[in-house]
Amino acid sequence: MAEQPKREKTPRGGGNGLSRRDFLKGTGAAVSAGVLVTEDLLRAQTQRTSPVVGPGPVPVTLRINGQPRQLTVEPRTTLLDALRNHLDLTGAKKVCDRGTCGACTVLLDGRAIYACTMLAIDAARGQEITTIEGLAPQEQLHPVSAAFVEHDAQQCGFCTPGFVMAAVAYLRENPNPTYEQVTHALGGNLCRCGTYMGVRHAVVEAALRGKGGRS
Amino acid sequence: MIPAAFEYHAPKSLEEALRLLNRHGSEAKLLAGGHSLLPLMKLRLAAPRCVIDLGRIHALRYIREENGRIAIGALTTHTEVLESPLLRTKCPLLPQTAWEIGDVQVRNRGTIGGSLAHADPAADYPAAVLALDAEIVAASADGTRTLRAAEFFVDMLTTALLPGEILTEVRVPVLPPGTGTAYRKLHQPASGFAIVGAAARLTLGSGGKVERVAVGLTGVAPKAYRAAAVEKALTGKKASEKLLAEAARHAVPQDVELLSDLHASAEYRKAMAVVFTRRALEDALARAQSKKR
Repeated sequence: MAEQPKREKTPRGGGNGLSRRDFLKGTGAAVSAGVLVTEDLLRAQTQRTSPVVGPGPVPVTLRINGQPRQLTVEPRTTLLDALRNHLDLTGAKKVCDRGTCGACTVLLDGRAIYACTMLAIDAARGQEITTIEGLAPQEQLHPVSAAFVEHDAQQCGFCTPGFVMAAVAYLRENPNPTYEQVTHALGGNLCRCGTYMGVRHAVVEAALRGKGGRS
Repeated sequence: MIPAAFEYHAPKSLEEALRLLNRHGSEAKLLAGGHSLLPLMKLRLAAPRCVIDLGRIHALRYIREENGRIAIGALTTHTEVLESPLLRTKCPLLPQTAWEIGDVQVRNRGTIGGSLAHADPAADYPAAVLALDAEIVAASADGTRTLRAAEFFVDMLTTALLPGEILTEVRVPVLPPGTGTAYRKLHQPASGFAIVGAAARLTLGSGGKVERVAVGLTGVAPKAYRAAAVEKALTGKKASEKLLAEAARHAVPQDVELLSDLHASAEYRKAMAVVFTRRALEDALARAQSKKR
């Protein structure tokens, strides 16, 4: 009996009319990739032996927020650095940079992951990457983001995008959580301002709204 | 923090990965999730010239029942272990342990093979695979060999894997009726690593006697170990809370070199090893009594 991991669809949040902050907007700047190099790479991939890549820059295509994005990165570039430094998607934050604090959380095929602890080239296999910029249409807030605003679930706000992404992934898995479950589910996200109570309220509130009431 | 530059290989088969590992030898590191390796590379504690990413070898990602045991491919993530109905029903200690690993982001990317091969003294799985008498399969160009969990962990960050070998599979038993299991852990709050982690497996026989018991401890010493003295103090005796508490006092044998760091002194670790061994045994007993496995 073999089991396959669950796959989830990319989220599209419903908005509630609140305006998003300008700095969360993706600028959409794509780095043009060397077409010839890409073709070499594709040809090599169809052969039996996989290609040697790097250590210099190589062209890759990432699927981010529903769009293919081409960029050129060294193999050592993390997904987080690719997002922030190559694609101007700065919603995911670089804080600990060692897979502990959760500020860089993005979704990979619907699951919360640390963008700082994955190589960009490893994320270029057609997986769907969702960042905070892709959570809701422009000028709108995802219900989870809106609940964070309403419950004042942030102080300096630097960890907030990571918390929101982890919460969005969790609520799709468990739309009806208790406070205790939310605490465990967001255990990978740290807030130095100590806004955990507000965050828990916001996530439970977002869940209630999503369900129209908790059973 | 940026790792030193490296060549990146992403083989699609185990055979290709073994060829690459043979060719590059000690200049290569295997990537199997990366939640230990990438931070080490960023800190330049590791600077491999070549990284072999095993993530595209889909043939190493499975959980299936074979010959009365459950075989888990090395590239299976902690989340897949946690969610597996097969393991939850037939060998729940592994999902119980996976539930306590790091946090959701780590569980979604970290793999059982990567964790075991890295052999961090504060990792969770080592306690469970020891308590389960798991088998660990290693492949090389010359074929495969099967190691017992008890001989796999050699020292801090050191396993019995030889150069040129890749850990491919972990096999755990289908637990018999009347067995209860539990993993109890004192977390380091930021990283989620175990300051102390205790995995217990307890089978009740006739008259409420402990027929078989195994306890694995992690976080306490440079490598995870079986608490043999605890097991001896319980086997064949009628299970009671008092008995468990007395047995748990033997969790740290004299010859164990205790870890000590800024999170917990050796003395504190020793005290907590006793406490968490007792708690794991109590939970395992309660589950065995309620006929849950």
